[in-house]
Amino acid sequence: MTTASAVSPRAARFAARLKDTEAHLSSVTLPASAAWLMRAREAAMERLKGMGMPEKRDEYWRYTDPARFVSSAPTPAEVFVADDEPVMFGGIERLSLVFVDGVFSPEQSDKIEGEGLEIERLSEAGEADIHWAKDLYGTLEAKAQNPVPRPLAALNTATATDGVLIRVTGRVSRPVSLVYLRSDANAEMVLHHVVRVEEGGEVTLLENGPGAARVSTVLEADLADRATLHHVRAMGRDHQRAGCTHIFARQGAESHFRSFTLSVNGAMVRNEMVVWLEGEGGVVHLAGAAMGDGDFHNDDTIFVTHTAPACESRQVYKKVLYHGAVGVFQGKILVEQSAQLTDGYQKSQALLMDESGQFLAKPELEIHADDVKCSHGSTSGELDEDHLFYLRARGVPEDDAKRLLVTAFLGESLDEIEDHDLANDIRLRLAGWLERHGE
Amino acid sequence: MLEINNLHVELEDEDKAILKGLSLKVEAGKVHAIMGPNGSGKSTLSYVLSGRDGYEVTQGTATLDGQDLLDLEPEERAAAGLFQAFQYPVEIPGVGNMTFLRTAVNSQRKARGEPEMSSGDFLKLVRAKAKELNIDADMLKRPVNVGFSGGEKKRNEILQMSVLEPRMCILDETDSGLDVDAMKLVADGVNALRSEGRSFLVITHYQRLLDHIKPDVVHILADGRIVKTGGPELAIEVETNGYADILAEVAA
Ligand SMILES: Nc1ncnc2c1ncn2[C@@H]1O[C@H](COP(=O)(O)OP(=O)(O)O)[C@@H](O)[C@H]1O
Ligand SMILES: [Mg+2]
Repeated sequence: MTTASAVSPRAARFAARLKDTEAHLSSVTLPASAAWLMRAREAAMERLKGMGMPEKRDEYWRYTDPARFVSSAPTPAEVFVADDEPVMFGGIERLSLVFVDGVFSPEQSDKIEGEGLEIERLSEAGEADIHWAKDLYGTLEAKAQNPVPRPLAALNTATATDGVLIRVTGRVSRPVSLVYLRSDANAEMVLHHVVRVEEGGEVTLLENGPGAARVSTVLEADLADRATLHHVRAMGRDHQRAGCTHIFARQGAESHFRSFTLSVNGAMVRNEMVVWLEGEGGVVHLAGAAMGDGDFHNDDTIFVTHTAPACESRQVYKKVLYHGAVGVFQGKILVEQSAQLTDGYQKSQALLMDESGQFLAKPELEIHADDVKCSHGSTSGELDEDHLFYLRARGVPEDDAKRLLVTAFLGESLDEIEDHDLANDIRLRLAGWLERHGE
Repeated sequence: MLEINNLHVELEDEDKAILKGLSLKVEAGKVHAIMGPNGSGKSTLSYVLSGRDGYEVTQGTATLDGQDLLDLEPEERAAAGLFQAFQYPVEIPGVGNMTFLRTAVNSQRKARGEPEMSSGDFLKLVRAKAKELNIDADMLKRPVNVGFSGGEKKRNEILQMSVLEPRMCILDETDSGLDVDAMKLVADGVNALRSEGRSFLVITHYQRLLDHIKPDVVHILADGRIVKTGGPELAIEVETNGYADILAEVAA
């Protein structure tokens, strides 16, 4: 007599969400895959059905409306021709792997070769049940579903149509460069990459380009002890596209992971990063520079967990917002009881270039160990009038002075890029963007 | 060179008058000193001349070789040859000293329709001037004024002045915070720039800077007005007797 009416509104909403999710997924067919991969996809599908698609009312989506990521078809986005700048990373000796509208293009890609490097296309992943990626594909994503569900990542694991599996067994000198071109106003790109850097291995992974009208990428990175992964990403200049990306990284002892993302333009972008420091002495530096003018929503959502002792984590995120652009930063450092001597640092800052920009920040520290050094700071503000005047008083015109100061503001995030050539290439893009928008 | 006539200035935010009919004329090639009690309006005068926001000119004029200064943007005043060495130079994180200075030099040249200075020439010039001012290479590499001591900041101002070669130089208490040796360096830097076509307005509290930079004319500024003008002996009078006597004499 009590059962039916005792369902709480919350439970009812959740049940409705799962029902909607079922309906949403009913038309989805999983891409044909090797058996081990198909099992991972099916498992992800089950996870997703258990948590449901994200909704605006979710705490984790408080500042960013997931509507454009969950709609059954992407919102069309005009293809933007950016031929006024040299090709991104063009001056860098690299191994290019090109995707067009989310599909790998062997013709436009370099021949896969390199000492200490194995690369396989996801859609051609070997049948062998002992595939090295078998224990990784979807595994880190699944691990990241706690304590906060990330349904879009599970959806990606289940449905990704392409991607690369990269295994690094030595020091790879030539960066692996994933290039995402687009040609179609309606295309969707769903890519899932796995990178395993074996003990002592080192590689640089580059990503660039807008990809498609709607983008979903997942990168699962597994760093063995003393492994190093450098990651630099430039997300392209298309204005109308939407994208949700996830990077999951598990790090062994004394491993190094550095990731930098440049975001300019883009109507709706959410970049999630989840990192676990599981081996003593691991180091992770995550950084981003975002610049938007007008219809721009850029969300960095970060979760770094310190499990092992004596690890270092750094987050440096900078956003420059013009004409109503919106920047979001949700960043968390979780220090578990076992992670003594943690050195954790987080900084998120926005520069509001006029009254209409918005920066929404939620910095969080959760510390269960007693001997740690952790700090975080989040600020937003305008350009410093005294700085501006000083430069102008020396003869620098106002717009140039502003550009100098904006570049200086972003500089701290760029300093996290170790390689000078890569950093300079990013700097060139910042300068170009400011030349076009910085007024 | 610089001609200021009956200048009245108020703070924009508060209805507070700071300069109350200040007049002054600095001829080409001359060094004028302005001395005056704290709060008399010395820094305000230099800021109004260089074009900082927050001040409202309610009356009067200021011209540089006949050109109306008050109508120009700060960068236009700089390109026209006006330079203010700030009393409190700001620190600008992230902007390298050299980048800043080269941008300043070339912006001014561009505004005047002159060709840019090559990076080689620029480097040579800055290194030579820096050496004279005892500014080491490390300071040049750092962001503008960041982590500089008070004295280093002042020397950096003079370095900028030496490199930019303005024709009208305003020095706002450049001597404060300097020890004797540093003051000597700064004074030498200024003296090296003295020439027929270049004028200086040296704002100072103390006579000691004027031992090194010999002024042609000394003005006493009090409560927003020039209350007395004389030769170098006026500075010595202030040093020995303070302002009280002069102010009393003017009031009488
Ligand atoms: N931006 C400002 N806001 C408020 N008061 C100011 C400002 N600038 C100057 N003043 C006031 O104006 C007066 C003159 O200041 P200032 O020009 O700095 O004097 P001086 O340089 O001769 O010591 C002082 O009373 C000072 O407090
Ligand atoms: Mg003063």
